[in-house]
Amino acid sequence: MNAVSKDSQAQAISKSGVNEMADQKIQEVDRSFYDFKDDESKGFYRMKEGLTKEIVEQLSEEKKDPLWMRQFRLKCLDIYNSLKVPDWGPSIDGLDMDRITNYVRSKSDMKGNWEDVPEEIKNTFDKLGIPQAERESLAGVGAQYDSELVYHNLQKEVADQGVVYIGFEDAVSGEYQDMVKEYFMKLVPPTDHKFAALHGAVWSGGSFVYVPKGVHVEVPLQSYFRLNAKGAGQFEHTLIIVDEGADVHFIEGCSAPKYNVANLHAGCVELYVKKNARLRYSTIENWSKNMYNLNTKRAIVEEGGRMEWVSGSFGSHVSYLYPTTILKGDNSHCEFTGITFAGAGQNLDTGAKMIHIGKNTSSYINTKSISKGGGISTYRSSVVIEKTAKHAKASVDCASLMLDDISRSDTIPAMDVRTADADVGHEAKIGRISDEAVFYLMSRGISESEARAMIVSGFASPVSKELPLEYAAEMNNLIKLEMEGM
Amino acid sequence: MAAPLLQVRDLCASIEEGELLHGIDLDIRAGETHVLMGPNGAGKSTFGYTLMGNPGYKVTKGSIVFDGEDITKLTTDKRAAKGMFLSFQNPLEVPGLSLEEFLRNAIRQQTGKPIKIFTFKKQLEETMSLLQMDASYADRDLNVGFSGGEKKKAEILQLLMLSPRLAILDETDSGLDVDAVRTVSRGIEEYQKKKNGALLIITHSTKILEALKVDYTHILVKGKLVHTGGPELVDEINERGFERFTGAGDQ
Repeated sequence: MNAVSKDSQAQAISKSGVNEMADQKIQEVDRSFYDFKDDESKGFYRMKEGLTKEIVEQLSEEKKDPLWMRQFRLKCLDIYNSLKVPDWGPSIDGLDMDRITNYVRSKSDMKGNWEDVPEEIKNTFDKLGIPQAERESLAGVGAQYDSELVYHNLQKEVADQGVVYIGFEDAVSGEYQDMVKEYFMKLVPPTDHKFAALHGAVWSGGSFVYVPKGVHVEVPLQSYFRLNAKGAGQFEHTLIIVDEGADVHFIEGCSAPKYNVANLHAGCVELYVKKNARLRYSTIENWSKNMYNLNTKRAIVEEGGRMEWVSGSFGSHVSYLYPTTILKGDNSHCEFTGITFAGAGQNLDTGAKMIHIGKNTSSYINTKSISKGGGISTYRSSVVIEKTAKHAKASVDCASLMLDDISRSDTIPAMDVRTADADVGHEAKIGRISDEAVFYLMSRGISESEARAMIVSGFASPVSKELPLEYAAEMNNLIKLEMEGM
Repeated sequence: MAAPLLQVRDLCASIEEGELLHGIDLDIRAGETHVLMGPNGAGKSTFGYTLMGNPGYKVTKGSIVFDGEDITKLTTDKRAAKGMFLSFQNPLEVPGLSLEEFLRNAIRQQTGKPIKIFTFKKQLEETMSLLQMDASYADRDLNVGFSGGEKKKAEILQLLMLSPRLAILDETDSGLDVDAVRTVSRGIEEYQKKKNGALLIITHSTKILEALKVDYTHILVKGKLVHTGGPELVDEINERGFERFTGAGDQ
């Protein structure tokens, strides 16, 4: 009897411990957004062999940065050295922070052979039916003529509408320099967190998009080709400005895994949605499974503007990803639709943040997370309704599906409502694939693995429905691939 | 006479809590219609599940032979591919998977061949109209938000589209209004006549049987087949219930 009561006590303790941790995590998320200085006071991580001024200057030299950018990089370096590594999410101990330069500089020696690409990734390419030449480009090991061609065609179509869609280096030193200077890392300041500072110091590659007033771009802009043609970016910067009344859909990344020698990704995405403009930003991310994906994405929406995120996270070893939207203007709106699939060895901490400032602003978060084979999938979100956001509306709907007993799924939704008239809703569901449903599908001649894949694809369909057809098809292929060998 | 399509011998089946079927023998020949009746908890649904290979029901003794092959250890999908079908008493909901997509996948997997979309669409439309199902149901998520009647119609739709050689219908008529029973019954008749399909109809009531040709009626009580008769047995049960077979005071 004694042993039993001891045991239950221990359980109760471990439970409350978990709750405390969860509380702390939520606070950390919020604070990291509003109050960066706090982090500095906590003492910081010292590196034996950190990122040096010389390395950053050399990088700046190679990039032919204008003076202001070089100064900015160096300022970011100082900030980077003064901030500590985040300690509230999945462990990133596997990242060798003492040798951060390896991650930063490895890009230049990213040549290598198709033969060196891990078997697992080659198989995925095979199954996705991606042609040989393109595969090599996706793997970041070769130049690719086909995708270059497609890219150029796309660019001409867009340019005819007066849209600017160029590489980020070109934007920094070219005719759009002033615009870049005005917006670059204003939405995601380098003081935001350690990896934002790192990004500011060593960013390389990425896209600059400007859509002029009233222009509706019919074809989605795809960074797929750009990123890969240039050998993929670990620290790419994406800056998109959608001017008043304009409308564009930007698709980032690609659905095939990118194999990279280095395994740290700290990109940054800044999106400016002007009055009555609309931006849809879609991502299907499938980094190789050794990647630490510490990406920062943020959008600010002016009066009557509309921001739509579609986000699929399949790859990486560890992810921290919470696209943030600041609904600054009255009547602005944001929708976030996301799916995360964490398989064996993956710890994916994903979600979204919404900050309501303007009147009659509305936000809608709809996410699905799937975990399998011991994978950990954590949904983490924060919705803040500021005092100014009269008549705000916010809805959070998150569903998790665990495919076995060894996987884990956590939901950490935070809400901070400072008005009396907000209309706020939250719904969370956690479930498993029912054996009866599998039996039902099998009784119609469908194999067990196919039946499970169909149920999971169905669960994911609210997200795939939001994607252009070819991406939706590839996402379903990815799910099938992930489901194999169950 | 040709060998039976389905041959069940001394079939015993258990779930974790204990044995539910205690030695069942049954033969069904191609094109025959058998009715399985019995009081609540007799093991009727268990029998259907066991025939179809639900992993929750373990065969502890005996055998199931279908079309000359012992399928006792075969997985459910393989049984279906050989031509067996089970219409569920409570069809499951699968969000995000449309009825049409599901049917296309099922047909493709069963036949191992790509589907001729035009032929498929036409057949789907005709069958839905026969079952008085609104065409919009094809695009709806499988069974999600369907009424009881629509779920059962969707089961019969699958039956007619998949055209199995033996269909086990588990309480297809339960919870349906008179009109829906008539419609569903018309679908089963179509299967019986046009496809010469064999049927094992598990039912409580007799409404669904009115328009159907019945060859045999079996009474299942406490996991045993206690009596087999002709179609007239259905009427007898209808009038007097199962008392004669269960023993006085047993119900």
